[in-house]
Amino acid sequence: MAAVLETQDLEKHFGGIAAVNGVSLRLEQGARHALIGPNGAGKTTVINLLTGVLRPSSGRILLEGRDITAVEAYQRVRLGLARTFQINQLFLDLTPLESVGLAIAERMGAGAQWWRLVGTNPAVIEEIVEILERFHLVDVMHERTGHLPYGKQRLLEIALAIACRPRVLLLDEPAAGVPDDERHEILATVAALPADVTVLLIEHDMDIVFSFADRISVLVNGALFLDGAPDEVARDPRVKAVYLGESLDA
Amino acid sequence: MPSTAVEEVARRLAKRARWHPLEYAFWLAALASVFLLPGRHLILTEIAWLGLFALSLDLILGYAGIISLGHAAFFGFGSYVAALLAKYAIINEPVLALVVAGLAAAVLGFATSFLVLRGSDLTRLMVTLGVALIMREIANQIPDVTGGADGLQGVVIAPVLGLFPFDIFGHVSYVYCLCVLFVLFLLARRVVYSPFGLSLRAVKGNPLRAASVGISVNARLVAVYTFAAFYAGVAGGLLAQTTAFASLDVLSFERSADLLLVLIIGGTGYLYGGLIGAVIFKLMQDWIANLTPQYWQFWIGLVLVLIVLVGRDRISLMTGGLRLVGERIARRWKPAPPAYSAPLAGEGRPGEGG
Repeated sequence: MAAVLETQDLEKHFGGIAAVNGVSLRLEQGARHALIGPNGAGKTTVINLLTGVLRPSSGRILLEGRDITAVEAYQRVRLGLARTFQINQLFLDLTPLESVGLAIAERMGAGAQWWRLVGTNPAVIEEIVEILERFHLVDVMHERTGHLPYGKQRLLEIALAIACRPRVLLLDEPAAGVPDDERHEILATVAALPADVTVLLIEHDMDIVFSFADRISVLVNGALFLDGAPDEVARDPRVKAVYLGESLDA
Repeated sequence: MPSTAVEEVARRLAKRARWHPLEYAFWLAALASVFLLPGRHLILTEIAWLGLFALSLDLILGYAGIISLGHAAFFGFGSYVAALLAKYAIINEPVLALVVAGLAAAVLGFATSFLVLRGSDLTRLMVTLGVALIMREIANQIPDVTGGADGLQGVVIAPVLGLFPFDIFGHVSYVYCLCVLFVLFLLARRVVYSPFGLSLRAVKGNPLRAASVGISVNARLVAVYTFAAFYAGVAGGLLAQTTAFASLDVLSFERSADLLLVLIIGGTGYLYGGLIGAVIFKLMQDWIANLTPQYWQFWIGLVLVLIVLVGRDRISLMTGGLRLVGERIARRWKPAPPAYSAPLAGEGRPGEGG
């Protein structure tokens, strides 16, 4: 199978510290890939490198065979690489309706239009509604995002990424901090993501990882420790030693 | 019932840009002032170009979050361009000259926009301040062109559209400024309710996320900074044309600082803040200067402190936010929630299926 997203010897140094050290990841088309590892292993740094928020010290990133190492963050989104954030990064003054509409308009290349009024394109409106329904945001679509309950904000995090219609979606702890009773709503939407979208999930919760992923990479101290199918990873005693010891304090 | 939701969304989006009754009232009052206050046209002229200047700052501060202490750079540049075009009879017709003055300022805005792309508010304050100081010093150093400290003398402004000569009572000046203000206001209003305008608010709210939905943050900031510089240049051009004069103080620091004051008095981010601020600022200046000329600065300082202490939110509640309060009250009084409810996935909340 073809690799949709691939990194080759990715490294990122902050001063003398190697936060990411020679990571070569490979995401297959349509994969449900999880990236796990103890706190401080460099998972979010990997995401930031993949999305272009940070520039790698060395190594290459390939999206569908194309070298995107030097491509700006916003252009990577247009090439089909979208992400969510571990800590909400939302437009607090906009409504979910406006936020999702904005993302769709950008994807359609209409974002720089300054003469046409927002909401005059029927195709955009239908897609807004479709996404808001899928993420259970219709009843709060006119509220200011900053006033939404946390669970709804987490849903909007994912909705915004989906509105970019990505081919590769990077989910950075989608259910982080969500109370148990709202958790299932988020996990259900994650499970229901389109099958042709390749997903890289970063997650601490092992129940989520093992119910979701068909492949797991373990990151320890910035380096890939193990890469394999879930049962392989679950069986490996070293992973337990490295991971479970650390995660008790998480 | 997906069609219901589609209609609801379309309706709400269409409503965003709809004219509010208070907006009609504002512009009708402006029109009425032409006929009802003929004796006040000189100060109204000043209010009109100051309002346009403040609208320019609102475009970058209120919508894109770029704070500036040097907006006079574009105002002053437009002012000198308009005055020079008239003095040397390069372009005699004022409206055309005004457009050229605005475009010249826009070119300067584009060139300096790259300096405000990065950095914190403090960096931006310093950079914009620096650009304005440089512009002022350049104007000071080329007296052959600008007239230096004496100002540009001997400017004669031709009749507007070749039909309406300027008069000493400011009648033509005021109508001219008001028309320009209204046309550019309509344009700005159109722009802020466009996808581009929405993306500016996104960039202001969260540049990291804006880039993550595919927005080229820098390109949008360059565009709005250039656009706003055009407005400031036109405002400066109006000052030069209505006074037939341009001097170094069009580029002064005080002008930039006063402008920030005007906009903060009126409130940012709803387009009328600069206009309302200009009315309040000029009337207050006029009123207090008549009572106690030497204490003008004291009173404006006091007002500024009060505004900041009372809080911008409450100020904007009095001016622009009335609509929000109205909506909130209306929602509370509405007997039933909207007929539409979301069809939830199977395991969702019971009793609320589609």
